[in-house]
Amino acid sequence: MAVDLLKEKWQNKVGTITIGATKAEGGTRASTVTVGGQSTLPFMFGEGDMPNKPVIAMEIFDIIPEEWPATLKEPFKDVMNDPAKWAKKCVDEHKAELICIKLQGTHFDFGNRSDADAAAAVNAVLEAVSVPLIILGTGDEEKDNKVLAKVSEVSKGQKCLIGDATDKNYKTLAASCLADGHSIIAESPIDINIAKQVNILISDMGLPQERIAINPTIGALGYGMEYAYSIMERARLAALNGDKMLSMPFVCFVGQEAWRAKEAKGPQSEHEDWGPESTRGPLWEFMTATCMLQAGGDILIMRHPKAVEETRKYIANLMK
Amino acid sequence: MLVIGELINGMYQNVGKAIKTKDKSIIQKLAKDQTKAGASMLDVNTGPASAQPKDAIKWLVETIQEVVDTPLALDSTKADVIEEGLKLVKGKAMINSTSADDDKLNTLIPMAKKYNAQLIGLAMDKKGIPRDRNQRSELALKIVSACMEQGFPLEDLYIDPVVLPVNVAQAQGVEVLESIREFKLLSDPSPKTVVGLSNVSQGTKNRSLINRTFLIMAVGYGLTGAIVDPLDKELMDGLITAELLLNKNIYCDSYLDAYKKK
Repeated sequence: MAVDLLKEKWQNKVGTITIGATKAEGGTRASTVTVGGQSTLPFMFGEGDMPNKPVIAMEIFDIIPEEWPATLKEPFKDVMNDPAKWAKKCVDEHKAELICIKLQGTHFDFGNRSDADAAAAVNAVLEAVSVPLIILGTGDEEKDNKVLAKVSEVSKGQKCLIGDATDKNYKTLAASCLADGHSIIAESPIDINIAKQVNILISDMGLPQERIAINPTIGALGYGMEYAYSIMERARLAALNGDKMLSMPFVCFVGQEAWRAKEAKGPQSEHEDWGPESTRGPLWEFMTATCMLQAGGDILIMRHPKAVEETRKYIANLMK
Repeated sequence: MLVIGELINGMYQNVGKAIKTKDKSIIQKLAKDQTKAGASMLDVNTGPASAQPKDAIKWLVETIQEVVDTPLALDSTKADVIEEGLKLVKGKAMINSTSADDDKLNTLIPMAKKYNAQLIGLAMDKKGIPRDRNQRSELALKIVSACMEQGFPLEDLYIDPVVLPVNVAQAQGVEVLESIREFKLLSDPSPKTVVGLSNVSQGTKNRSLINRTFLIMAVGYGLTGAIVDPLDKELMDGLITAELLLNKNIYCDSYLDAYKKK
């Protein structure tokens, strides 16, 4: 007997977001990146389209991230003191489609650099590479509002993606993005209700839906990954059923979360039977990335070149 | 929930006058206001007094479509009047309505198919208003069967159990509510359900409260569409909240605002 597979038919699509602006569009990028637009759950090509593949942004800092484990520092040890060189290495050698610069050095505990320092770092990266840029503050509300407003201004017209806005602190950043033509990352603490709320608050400021990306906050393998997955899945189902305020693409901080796990960074000298951390760390990041792709992640922000390479192959295979 | 705005009806004095004097501004304001308030479809009825209903419906459809792209429900007892409107409608329209009488079914189902329109089927026939849930189900089944026989997609069919005023037919309220639940069992996929809500409060002194309470109860019984006054803010807020409590939408603090951003 022939069996007909039951197929879901969705009424709506995930929104799209485009990052970067070419010369013709008023920026200086060589190309732009568009994600989103799915009319199906991830990679269910039989039920709908996935017009844009998920992309990987490689994450760099404006200062040397001393706290990173040796495995993660090793590939960048010659460039970490210069964000422009670091960015260039990510693009030239590791084929990063986007660069994500975290302005960690502006935090009080990490050097308390000024907004002018941050702007200089962003400008240097914009000059060094021609891929689109994601720019992150540190999460300190007061400092972020000062620093991100400044970097938004100096990168005006480049259509960067800037974050993060939260339900408690979104007005300054939303206003900057609106004025300078950027898009915004809306963050919520693994909470679908707050995710929806912050999107509404930002929309009410006048920023169109296609300039908002959702950072649902994720957990790494072993640290709440399945919880993050279920929140993303629920939001995506709502989006496909017509909930516009949850239909924005997802940004997932895979590298940041994976490398917090002791299983990723713990040295073999302390955990004899765990195997060498040089393989284990990138693997932990890669495994976290694969899960986030299956949950609907559109932009993965990653750190280790090996994890990036494997994830890129995995995406290419799924998109075949 | 399919919210069909009821205010463009020649029965209302301002609309009747606008049709007579060809005053577009009144109609277009109603179209915009209802859409903004959350109506996902607009009912268009020339009213009983219109001397030339065909011309009137054409003018109404064109006038409305100049300012909104909200789909239209063409509301008339005359099939040829509905067809005039269907010819001009841009999006997926709705026919409001057929009864369970053979002559109506044999005219309006083919018409709905031809114009790829949705269809409301009233659970009543020439013998009159049904007296209980059993009779409603019987008439609904007749409509569903006719649609199946003629190859009309059931996902485009809405059955109306026929709401009656509480002050003259109090016992009918619960019959209507139970019918909404029973209609779901008639076919797979089940037909959708719609009510002309305002009839429940006809001639009463607490119209808004009665409308709102009945709508929320009906949503609890599984109602999927309603012809309402979307400018009644408390009614709309009650409806949105009822659907939220039934887990049809994801909660957030601004959920009322979110509903309107759909």
